[in-house]
Amino acid sequence: MDILGHLADGMLLSIQPLNLLLITIGVTVGLFIGAMPGLGSVNGVAILLPVTFLVPPGSAIIFLAAIYYGAMYGGAISSVTLGIPGASTAVATTFDGRPLALQGRAGLALVCAAIASFIGGTVANILFTLFAPLLASVALSFGPPEIFALMLLAFATFVGLGGDDIPKTILSICMGLVFAAVGFDQVSGAPRLILFNINGFLHGINFLVLAIGVYGIGEMLWTIYSTRGEITSTKAEISAAQIGRDAKECMQRGWKGTTIGSLLGFFVGVLPAAGATPGSLMSYGVTKMLSKNPKEFGKGHPAGVCAPEAANNSASTGAMLPMLTLGIPGSPTTAVLLGGMVIWGLTPGPRLFVEQSDFVWGLIGSFYVSNLAAVIINLAFIPLFIWMLRMPFTVLAPLIFVLSVIGGYAAMRDMHDLWLMVAFGAGAFFLRRFDYPLAPAVLAIVLGPIAEPTLRQSLLLSSGDPTIFVTRPVAGPITVIAIVLILLPALKFFRKGKPAPAE
Amino acid sequence: MELSKRMFIGLAGAAMATTMIPAAAMAWEPKKPIDFVIMAGPGGGADQIARFLQSVAEKKDMTNRPLVPNNKGGGSGAEALIALATTNDPDHTILVTLNSFFTTPLRQSNLGIDIQTFTPIAMMAVDPFVLWVHKDSGITTFEEWVDTVKGMDGEYVMGGTGKGQEDSIVIAYLSGAYDLKIKYIPYDGGGAVAKDLAGQQIMATVNNPAEAKGFYANGDFVPLLSFSDERSENFPDVPTLKEKGHDFSYNNQRAVVGAPGMSEEAAAYYQTLFKDIYDTEEWQGYMASESLAPLWMTPEETREFWKVQVARHQELLVAMGE
Repeated sequence: MDILGHLADGMLLSIQPLNLLLITIGVTVGLFIGAMPGLGSVNGVAILLPVTFLVPPGSAIIFLAAIYYGAMYGGAISSVTLGIPGASTAVATTFDGRPLALQGRAGLALVCAAIASFIGGTVANILFTLFAPLLASVALSFGPPEIFALMLLAFATFVGLGGDDIPKTILSICMGLVFAAVGFDQVSGAPRLILFNINGFLHGINFLVLAIGVYGIGEMLWTIYSTRGEITSTKAEISAAQIGRDAKECMQRGWKGTTIGSLLGFFVGVLPAAGATPGSLMSYGVTKMLSKNPKEFGKGHPAGVCAPEAANNSASTGAMLPMLTLGIPGSPTTAVLLGGMVIWGLTPGPRLFVEQSDFVWGLIGSFYVSNLAAVIINLAFIPLFIWMLRMPFTVLAPLIFVLSVIGGYAAMRDMHDLWLMVAFGAGAFFLRRFDYPLAPAVLAIVLGPIAEPTLRQSLLLSSGDPTIFVTRPVAGPITVIAIVLILLPALKFFRKGKPAPAE
Repeated sequence: MELSKRMFIGLAGAAMATTMIPAAAMAWEPKKPIDFVIMAGPGGGADQIARFLQSVAEKKDMTNRPLVPNNKGGGSGAEALIALATTNDPDHTILVTLNSFFTTPLRQSNLGIDIQTFTPIAMMAVDPFVLWVHKDSGITTFEEWVDTVKGMDGEYVMGGTGKGQEDSIVIAYLSGAYDLKIKYIPYDGGGAVAKDLAGQQIMATVNNPAEAKGFYANGDFVPLLSFSDERSENFPDVPTLKEKGHDFSYNNQRAVVGAPGMSEEAAAYYQTLFKDIYDTEEWQGYMASESLAPLWMTPEETREFWKVQVARHQELLVAMGE
């Protein structure tokens, strides 16, 4: 096999002493950068890009890819231990990771995150190795109508969940969509919804500001409210044997989520418009929908940690594909990597695999090695993170607040965002008090900016004819599935509802 | 004894610092990281160039404080212009611009931006525009393209970076000059436009060569017409619109400007810095490989250039019906 030969060469290249050292450093640095709220892989890669001028390009990109991997693992850590998403890609991890931590099972959540990340990364690497050129052409076949259909499907997975209060879910989505519309209209280029004429709204509402506000500040307020100021600390014990038992439970209860996350995440990541954040949110939604016990999600189900974590790692690898084969970044981080490649004199695009095959296979080989290094280093650090959790909440609460403020500021370096973040935190507290689900709003603010332009582009393409979403060969089936999912709760309601009056 | 010695050194240091002040003011240096605002989102042509400039400065250790790239692409760059106009630290705020530097304040007069208040720093290059089609369309010349567009009677689809943006100005001129009806789909960046031409979601684009480079090298994209004054060395067989008998050429400026109210000392520092970057092998090599054309100007010439460009864009936008 030609591919296997190339891959073996690439792996050999990445376990050369210098490269192995860079991978170890990169993964460790990435792990901690990812764990800092607000700082994600994009910051890590951007900050360390200049360092890479000291080593040859092949080693440089391996180093950056290692940071990228480390940050993807690290994002889960603060999501679980503090309830603040460590990076936008780890928002979905807070949904179940935080409840697990509050039940004293942070170890289980962190082990699940590490294992699912490893599996997601590995599955993505194998798919990448075997099908890169084919997948690049699939990515190209996704025009605006296909992407919009996919976004519709993502919303459908959140609406179509049995058990939740559907009107409240829809209201939550609408709120998210309104926030997503703030800023500039891409089609006409005109400003819109600049609330109270505050200039800070011109750059739109940053997703991370909403997520940190809702999950960092909002969660902190909620904990203070629910404990009534009593001094509490979470019981958290960890040992090697406990990690083993957690790993076993994770495999038993989380395998389905891991599988869905690995495959769906990769596919969404490959599409240049999407990236790892939508990938992880969609995987969470689909896993919950397909689960036998959807009601356990959001209360601490291991699969609710496995799915988004497998997906964000898988999607991050997937996002490398359009970058390398088409020269188009699938995520902000890959945009920075792309900048690096141009400086090293490499032209990403269809010719890269042919002209720079050593470079490409060295990079792919390093994905495998980085992924393995990341899971080992991450598992080794779990006791440290657990130890942090044993601090009493009176110490943790100010810490969460400070980290939230830093994270909210780091995203855009704008004080306006901090006020907004506090407002979102307070708003989230009241919504939660009245049982409004918040995850759909978060999903909407991520997917809205993708769904809206693609909807309008599609309608421009078809001169306003909405059948474009059902007549195109790829968009059609996706749209139909999405509509069925949205109507499913209504159908269930009628089936249950009709016999009732007869009784 | 020990204490008094330390005090003495401290005092001497303070005294020296006081006498040094005039000298320090002459050789101004940044005192904190420089906010390097980019007038476009990540991944597109302007972003690539900004990150390249930053990397050259970093690699050659040319600044004592780092340039920190800060993408503010919202509203065709309106967000970036407002950020510069309202910054409270004009000496540490610079902007990488494209032609939306001229068009956005014209199209959105309510923003209250007067670009003549900005501080000229450097004109790094001008980026040409080329008309591209996919090889599977079978079109190989500009004349065939015009016939095809006319034959589709309003169903011919082109993609670009949005109404009033550089490429739409070129497309609007073409449509007027050749009486073409084109359906125009806006995208959020040149990279996304190139990708959808590669996937044949759209039929043609007016992209900068850098954005189409990978696909062109692979034979997927066919260049039909260039909008420069003369043929490019990288595309010697591609005719210009001027050769076709229309007195029209259009380029995207790749310039660096300072915030309004920047001190003269700071402006002089950045002007020297970017002149040095301009002269590096790296930048010269980048210009050659990405088909950029040199257009170095002094600050005075730049202000004159701005006046001409604003007047010209006003005409073009009026002609487009904006």
